[in-house]
Amino acid sequence: MTGENTDQPKLRVKNATKVYQTRSGDLLAIDRCSVDIRAGEIVSIVGPSGCGKTTLLWSMSGLHGLTAGEVLLGGKPVTGPNPEIGMVFQEANLLPWRNLDANINFPFEIKGTRPDRVWIDELLNRVGLEGFGGRFPRELSGGMQQRAALVRALSYKPSVLLMDEPFGALDAFTREEMNRLVEEIWLDTPTTIVLITHSIEEAIFLSDRIVVLSSRPGRVANIYDVNFPRPRSLEIMSTKEVFDLTNAIKREIVGKQQSRFAQPAAVQPAAE
Amino acid sequence: MSETDAIPEFKGRAGAGGDVGITNMSALTSGPGIKSVREVLAILLVAVIIIGGTELLLNIFQVPQYVLPKPSEIAVALVTEFPLIAPHLGHTLVELFAGFAIGATVGLILAGVITQFPFAEKIVTPYILLLVTTPMLALVPLLILRFGFGYEPRIIAVALAAGPMVMINAATGFRRVDAGKIALARSYGASTFQIFWKVRAPMALPMIFVGLMVGSIFGLLTAVGAEMVGGGFGLGNRLTSYSSMIQMPQFFAVVLILSILGILIYVTFFLLGKKFASWEA
Ligand SMILES: Nc1ncnc2c1ncn2[C@@H]1O[C@H](COP(=O)(O)OP(=O)(O)OP(=O)(O)O)[C@@H](O)[C@H]1O
Ligand SMILES: [Mg+2]
Repeated sequence: MTGENTDQPKLRVKNATKVYQTRSGDLLAIDRCSVDIRAGEIVSIVGPSGCGKTTLLWSMSGLHGLTAGEVLLGGKPVTGPNPEIGMVFQEANLLPWRNLDANINFPFEIKGTRPDRVWIDELLNRVGLEGFGGRFPRELSGGMQQRAALVRALSYKPSVLLMDEPFGALDAFTREEMNRLVEEIWLDTPTTIVLITHSIEEAIFLSDRIVVLSSRPGRVANIYDVNFPRPRSLEIMSTKEVFDLTNAIKREIVGKQQSRFAQPAAVQPAAE
Repeated sequence: MSETDAIPEFKGRAGAGGDVGITNMSALTSGPGIKSVREVLAILLVAVIIIGGTELLLNIFQVPQYVLPKPSEIAVALVTEFPLIAPHLGHTLVELFAGFAIGATVGLILAGVITQFPFAEKIVTPYILLLVTTPMLALVPLLILRFGFGYEPRIIAVALAAGPMVMINAATGFRRVDAGKIALARSYGASTFQIFWKVRAPMALPMIFVGLMVGSIFGLLTAVGAEMVGGGFGLGNRLTSYSSMIQMPQFFAVVLILSILGILIYVTFFLLGKKFASWEA
């Protein structure tokens, strides 16, 4: 990290455009999205369902390519999965034939490295999954599965963490706990985090910046700075600033949704 | 076009998760499993009633032995003839194991390879279906002409009967791609090889067990059938020879051995499936 130009963003998305070829024709999912994410920053992506958030995140991870535009990680184009990047998928994505311990070992088996048991046990403790190592995914609740997926992603300490609605299946209370955990870990270890969420509160609590996408095709509608001191407490969530910010973002999302039919798309979106 | 063209495209829906397909393993493991002592007793009671009833009816109506032997006569024949039947059982088992091992191995390898290449799979599938639906017994006279009356034609017939069955089921298993799970492995930088062994193969395992079970039962049928066509040994040969000599108790003793063999095969794969693929049931 020392030799790197500090002005250079850790993750740079330049005019990311993705067209899916579907049976009913081409579907423009995201359209010329650009965002620069600095090292050590937490950036949230919010936007209406189906607007292309997952599509954008997969492009960042190198799991799929772009139709046009590019993603740069530390200045180098992303052309495939990168060991530096950790991914939490929209669904927990645990392997049903492996118990929790074996699921968490999975990335290490693939990478051929040794798991850091102390760290993993600490993570399991902090998400409240200690003692569940022998359980199979079908024996865990949806929320437990999501927490397990978070542990799996954090277990190998990726320098960039991409999370796709990681806490969607959690109750509000556990969700806040998980948010605090993510912030704690982020404060301890320098990690760049991109987080997709449907919860504006979560986005505000965690993020340095919030990217709002318009409804499909996803375009960057706005980027909000969130400048509360860290570690953040839940108290800030009841301040007027947060209230105003929440409303502004909500209006942004709802407003874009309403104007979707007025915007001519570059490629005719397929009927769903 | 950008530099990112090198990245292969995913056909599956991004983020579409969950398990693809029905829980096929249930066909094998969630059958009417025996649970309690009471159920076992009930099953035994039914057996006693059927066997005892048959014995009684055959006695009452004075059915001649060459039409239908009494259960007691079959039991006596089974015990007294067993030393004579045992070597034939051994021959049948050799044919079954050898043929099944060859057929299943080739079937599994072909299924694993062919499903990696969707185009090749499309081309090959009709021929595999042809192999599955053609009764391999029909080829036995031809095989005997070519290979004589030894083990070879029978082993080949068993392999030809079992292999396609294993292959078609295993291929169904390997085809059950879950784009999400494969994306997960890829996100850690998994190679095609790792994806195969750590994602596709475990995901296919339940269907592989189904294939192995169906394949081995088909193998047993084919082995016995082939033995009936020609050659001087094997349980199938016993069936033809006992029936030509109208030794009905002995004939049915062999039939009984064959059904026990079939049940053992079923139970074996049932237990294997329970042990290694129960996550799906
Ligand atoms: N593999 C694919 N093939 C075809 N169309 C796709 C594929 N993946 C996504 N889409 C389409 O692209 C659009 C954006 O999908 P995406 O999953 O990125 O949305 P999202 O913002 O993550 O939605 P959600 O909030 O519901 O998760 C949707 O209209 C979806 O139907
Ligand atoms: Mg999504």
